[in-house]
Amino acid sequence: MKGRNLLEKLSPLLLTLGLFLGWELTCRLFKIAPYILPSPSASIAAGVKYAGPIYLHAKQTLMTTMAGFALAVVFGLLLGAALGSSRAVYRATYPLLIGFNSIPKAALVPILVIWFGIGTVPAILLAFLISFFPIVVNVATGLATVEPEIEDVLRSLGAHKLDILLKVGFPRSMPFFFASLKVAVTLAFVGSVISETVAANEGVGFLMMSASSRFDVPLVFAGLLVVGAMGIAMYQLFASIEHRFTHWAHRGRNAST
Amino acid sequence: MATNPLALAPTPSEASVDYVKLDHVSLVYGQDGTLALQDVGMSIARGEFAAVVGPSGCGKSTLLKLVSGLVPPTEGSVAASGHVVKGPLKTVGMAFQNATLLPWRTTLQNVMLPLEVVEPHRRRLRRERQSYEEKARALLATVGLKGFEKKYPWQLSGGMQQRASLCRALIHEPELLMLDEPFGALDAFTREELWCVLADLRQQREITVMLVTHDLREAVFLADTVFVMSKRPGRILLRREIGLARPRGLEICYHEPFMEYVHELREHIVHVRES
Repeated sequence: MKGRNLLEKLSPLLLTLGLFLGWELTCRLFKIAPYILPSPSASIAAGVKYAGPIYLHAKQTLMTTMAGFALAVVFGLLLGAALGSSRAVYRATYPLLIGFNSIPKAALVPILVIWFGIGTVPAILLAFLISFFPIVVNVATGLATVEPEIEDVLRSLGAHKLDILLKVGFPRSMPFFFASLKVAVTLAFVGSVISETVAANEGVGFLMMSASSRFDVPLVFAGLLVVGAMGIAMYQLFASIEHRFTHWAHRGRNAST
Repeated sequence: MATNPLALAPTPSEASVDYVKLDHVSLVYGQDGTLALQDVGMSIARGEFAAVVGPSGCGKSTLLKLVSGLVPPTEGSVAASGHVVKGPLKTVGMAFQNATLLPWRTTLQNVMLPLEVVEPHRRRLRRERQSYEEKARALLATVGLKGFEKKYPWQLSGGMQQRASLCRALIHEPELLMLDEPFGALDAFTREELWCVLADLRQQREITVMLVTHDLREAVFLADTVFVMSKRPGRILLRREIGLARPRGLEICYHEPFMEYVHELREHIVHVRES
């Protein structure tokens, strides 16, 4: 049993290592040119070589991503609360939201650049625009699926709408909210990196763009790996926060009596 | 004196004894205008335990919502405690078939929920938390949940959850207790156990109870008065007083008067279903 548990714990690491190994072997066996597909070892070597600049650019990307994500959390909570607690608001707003979410966000970058110039601001805004949607939907779902019976219990005690929202609605939608944060934070990276790729002078996106224009493909891949790693780190962070705040919703095999 | 007894008007004191009074109440539901209740009239005295039985879908639960003011009647009037019910009453305790405990709260926190909403407890709760907690613990102990205060609802069995739900319905000392098939989802043994718990709880306080159930034995065992409803649109077909002495032990369920009441009610229900 113990060995099995250990294997389960290590499985993500093992799979990643296996994938990298396969990639490395493919590159070597078929002698793929590094400017087409660099091997992981070459990518990592490039990453080590340019560690200083990568660190600065990654810091910029992390900053814009988290700023955009923070905006998305605030906005998503407010709009989700409005949508989830009022049918009228839900009906009126939902088609617009769906329509907006169907627009490829990359197409918004030129507009953002016209309005705000290139650099940090459009990256933050794009990270925000691409990541607020799942938060809105999940918070609204959590609020809208409150059992009518518990609402009756509270209403028959003379509770106001706000009471019901605070005592039942919000706590109940917390698992939905945190689940959406994990998705949203990875989407935020997509937004900021896209914007940096098109319109910025710093950030990992910009770094990859300028590296590819010099055909330094290993550095491009190093950038991709860094973004991926930051995404995993943030996901983990929010997964552990989720677990802390909504342990009641995750009663696993070990939690029940 | 040769007075016609029918001409006697109830004296004011008698009239005020009616704690809950429904007068020619009809209710139309939804946009398609389904008639859920039709010309319902019933009165329940203060401190009375009333049970409402009837075929499923006859509007029994709707009746509870009407009396607690969660739904306004389409026609007629609903009065409770001498006042016309216009909005949600603020002193009602409710329990449903589904215990509806909040999964992020411990049993104790769940039971104390009404105290966070109902005045004057709401104002006092912060200062007097200690004494309120004592009260909640004592109430939990009376239903046999001592030692489970810190457990979460999903760590309790169905019967225990329902006991906690009863405590939540009673903690703020409501004048009116509304029970909507509270034991419907429990196994037969647990159900009978909880009948006794409920009967004891009620014995200890001055409280008017409205119980909706489809279990005739439950109705007869617990209630002072049983109302039989017709199928939709619901009307009150029969009001039957249950003249069994209290306190009632489970053994009465196997004796003649009890069985007779159940059979009588059953015949009415069968008749209703076939009509």
